[in-house]
Amino acid sequence: MERTFFEWIGYILNHYGSRFLKGTAITLLISLLGTIIGFLIGLGLGSAKKLPRSSSKIKNFFLMILNGLITCYVEVFRGTPMMVQAIVIYFGMQEFMGINFSPTIAGIIIVSINTGAYMVEVVRGGIESVDPGQMEAAKSIGMSHGQAMIYVILPQTIKNILPATGNEFIINIKDTSVLNVISVTELFFVTKSIKGAIFRTYETFIVAALIYFVLTLTVTRLLKMLEKRMDGSKEFVHASSTMPILFLKKPGEKNGK
Amino acid sequence: MENNLIEIKNLKKSFGKINVLRGIDFSIKKGDVSCIIGPSGSGKSTFLRCINLLDYPTSGEIIYKGENVLKNNYNVDFYRSKVGMVFQQFNLFNNMNVLDNCTIGQVKVLKKDYNSAKENALKFLEKVQMSKFIEAKPSQLSGGQKQRVAIARALSMDSEILLFDEPTSALDPETVGEVLKVMKDLAQSGLTMIIVTHEMAFAKEVSNRIVFMDDGIICEQGKPEEILVNPKNERTKNFLFRFIVGESG
Repeated sequence: MERTFFEWIGYILNHYGSRFLKGTAITLLISLLGTIIGFLIGLGLGSAKKLPRSSSKIKNFFLMILNGLITCYVEVFRGTPMMVQAIVIYFGMQEFMGINFSPTIAGIIIVSINTGAYMVEVVRGGIESVDPGQMEAAKSIGMSHGQAMIYVILPQTIKNILPATGNEFIINIKDTSVLNVISVTELFFVTKSIKGAIFRTYETFIVAALIYFVLTLTVTRLLKMLEKRMDGSKEFVHASSTMPILFLKKPGEKNGK
Repeated sequence: MENNLIEIKNLKKSFGKINVLRGIDFSIKKGDVSCIIGPSGSGKSTFLRCINLLDYPTSGEIIYKGENVLKNNYNVDFYRSKVGMVFQQFNLFNNMNVLDNCTIGQVKVLKKDYNSAKENALKFLEKVQMSKFIEAKPSQLSGGQKQRVAIARALSMDSEILLFDEPTSALDPETVGEVLKVMKDLAQSGLTMIIVTHEMAFAKEVSNRIVFMDDGIICEQGKPEEILVNPKNERTKNFLFRFIVGESG
């Protein structure tokens, strides 16, 4: 019995729809968590790179070592393919350290470390793009370097690097496919095994391609919305000077209609 | 002397091989308003930035309440919170609205609770006539409005002294007046201020001392009428002459 293209697609969705869904969920989970953790790694290490030199020589020495280590990390993980990293880390841990992660956990770790390496440089650039006057103003009212970073510099940095982070997320959605080499049951791995079961390469991968495309498209739209929200409303409420303080809105509350 | 709020002795600052400040002695009493004038590149701004340690002096002493703030393990952050600074480029925190700009330091540095910080901030925002704009983000304000908020932010910290680094140089001519008026009111209310400015008329009106700096040293200082009308130092004369010619021509 010969099926047409669309019949095959229908057949695949009917019989393997739930497996595709599970694979999609794993892909999303790994890329989302990987991006978030990588973002945090980048934020931490990127800020560490911008720590001010201190007057004490010993502290400066440790700062130098820290900087060197961060640079090594960035260069190594940006300079090798994630597929190779996955194999080396996953099997290396098993063989030499006796640590057995489930492939999914290993996948999250690998994507996080990899994303982190890219985000360090993104965050550093983002911090540098904030006007130095902001840090000076924060210091001039007595904030410590840490306080200035947390309350003034990083919020502005995060806003600046949101597009780059979104980019990283989209790349991760697609690049988790390389994790099939360590048998993570993400979308690509699932697709491959379904193909193996029904011997229809073209139709199966068309379905996978569509799912990837819908995922990235949705994420792009969501990120655009988030960016707009972070820019905030262009209007502000003119509080009358006679209005009692009680009726003024607290910071963070949304503007009224 | 005991009633000096801040006393500076032989302050030097060099950037690499360039000596920007070459030994400055200066003191200010509570309630004094000093204006620093001088040609660009003379070290006025660097001097001001050294006073609140945004630029760390190479050598010298800054005595505040009987203690040298330049000695090791002095609490620099605390000192900075007592010495407010108003910048040429305003430097309002772009990620916060007007009110938060004025409360964040009180809450995080002075550890006040939010409500009393807010009350305090509103008092000073009222003083600079910006209390109508507490929800506005800095990007929504004009230069003059931003500078007035910046002044309120510095005042909210209950600073004992306010440093102004050319506060009107980045403003449109029509908004300069509103900022100068606020500063004039502050001077009259007895606030201690050190102002780097090119507004001679303003300097003459508000200050009780004018300091002329050139080439990293204080050339001459004294009452406004002495310095501006009868300068003794050759360099002061030249500078003021050029200034008058520049303004009328």
